[in-house]
Amino acid sequence: MVDVRYNIAFKLYPYEKVAAQSAPPQRHPVVIVGGGPIGMAVALDLGRRGTPVLVLDDHEGVGQGSRAICFAKRTLEIADRLGAGQAMMDKGVVWNIGKVFHGNEKVFEFDLQPEAGHKFPAFINLQQPYFEKFLVDAIRTAQAEGAPIEIRGQNAVTSMQQQAGIVTLDVDTPDGIYQLEADWLIACDGARSPIRDMMGLSFDGRVFEDNFLIADVRMTADFPTERWFWFEPPFKDSGASALLHKQPDDIWRIDFQLGWDIDRAKELKPENIRARVDAMLGEGAEYELEWTSIYTFQCRRMKEFRHGNILFAGDSAHQVSPFGARGANSGVQDADNLAWKLDLVIKGLAPAALLDTYSQERVHGADENILNSTRATDFLTPKSEISKVFRNAILELAQKHAFARPLVNSGRLSVPCVYDGLPLNGPDHADLPTRTRPGSACPDAPLDAGFLLSKFTGDFTLFAINSTVPTLNEVDGIRVNTVSLNTKDADPTGAIAERFLGNAEQALYLIRPDQHVGARWLDADVDAIKSAMRRNTGKELSS
Amino acid sequence: MSLNLDPNIPDPDGFYDELLALHQGLDKAQSDALNARLILVLANHIGDRQILRDAMQTAKAR
Repeated sequence: MVDVRYNIAFKLYPYEKVAAQSAPPQRHPVVIVGGGPIGMAVALDLGRRGTPVLVLDDHEGVGQGSRAICFAKRTLEIADRLGAGQAMMDKGVVWNIGKVFHGNEKVFEFDLQPEAGHKFPAFINLQQPYFEKFLVDAIRTAQAEGAPIEIRGQNAVTSMQQQAGIVTLDVDTPDGIYQLEADWLIACDGARSPIRDMMGLSFDGRVFEDNFLIADVRMTADFPTERWFWFEPPFKDSGASALLHKQPDDIWRIDFQLGWDIDRAKELKPENIRARVDAMLGEGAEYELEWTSIYTFQCRRMKEFRHGNILFAGDSAHQVSPFGARGANSGVQDADNLAWKLDLVIKGLAPAALLDTYSQERVHGADENILNSTRATDFLTPKSEISKVFRNAILELAQKHAFARPLVNSGRLSVPCVYDGLPLNGPDHADLPTRTRPGSACPDAPLDAGFLLSKFTGDFTLFAINSTVPTLNEVDGIRVNTVSLNTKDADPTGAIAERFLGNAEQALYLIRPDQHVGARWLDADVDAIKSAMRRNTGKELSS
Repeated sequence: MSLNLDPNIPDPDGFYDELLALHQGLDKAQSDALNARLILVLANHIGDRQILRDAMQTAKAR
């Protein structure tokens, strides 16, 4: 028996009995537990690299409910590398303007003003089920092209053992339990991760004593496509803060912050939700309730994301408050960081210690996200009388004075972290811009046709600007691509010079498979490049 | 620059008068809010994080 924990929005991988269920346990190089956005992104990335991967999900498709709705530029860039970016852009809602209110007063308005010269906007709003569906669509396309990815729906892992480098799983299905073995297991099974629990691993952090009511409403209103956020909203019973944000399909996300001591069942009654929404939207607003939910949240993470042959990614490894859209977005960056490393280790081209850097780099990212989202939460829900006094003082001053506006924190929107000071980073050159230092996610820039990031397709790439690059197709069996250009004729907006050269005349960048900068020089010989490659693939790590 | 803890306010009695007059007629909550706004305005003017940190520690150490 496999429990049904939620209803399905899109049935994408219906249960099918496979021969392995009635055969001796079969060994798989990689098993991913959990077919959410992170599990599917890792599967897609590994499969496109030719590494066989099996995804086990205890449902037959994508769960209902919009859940994560803000997807950041970096996430779209990663999805684009994996072949799913355009579908997300076509469906998603692009927004730039945010308005912040305190009671009836508008405190200020901001424009994300995305820097020009990027293929993707700062954010799109898109219901999570669509995000997941587009990843599965890309998996189907990749499968058709030969990528060795298998998805088994209604396959629930009920127990696991890790012994001598092999993970053995008991998997429950509508036809009963079977066993399988994995060399590597990736737990993408969410914040309540059963795998984490089976291993008895801790997941410590801070609980926030607050409940948030989500009401997704369907209406054809002529509100602008903006993010409206209220501190101490003026509408009846709307709680301590409220949010109104547009999604595709004429759906609007409305959030109310209800406090800690509430009667969940009562607050979830449609008539009570409608009373709140009516008060917010005004008399006579016509809408349907599309999806409602009450959530609480915590900020916490595992100490390590790698435990032997078991790797944790996404919410199973770290959980943040929703303010700043750092949950799903950071999980997709986990996937981006993990897939190439695991692929190299499985192919015998890098030591297993490279996977420790997955944990180090993404723990670093998780800490940054937890810090930011904790600070936003403390601003939204002051924990003492004096913190509320300061919070409201800031909101009051921000109405008149520009200086106070940067102090208003309704969520610092997700940007990728820089892996500063971490062991994979190769050499840097002080004359080159800080922004593109080793460890940073490579910024996009326009080319004559298309954009720079689409040239970095998932292998290591030498990016030579106004310089010659030594011929080098591989280092120690690892493929190295070359992208070479001259800013005189191939930098139509000057963005490449600004972002990658600064005042320097020329530069050579080593770009990692996840499009982070691995090393950079003004000029480098073959030995220097090989040495940086070895560092970037974990061959210089102690242990 | 370091935090200046030497006398620096011309006409100290006049300044103190102004500070008290500012709070004239306000209840506790209004005064607290006013103090918070004043701290924020002054902090922004100073801007230097190290000086602000030193000032906070000076105020806290008694």
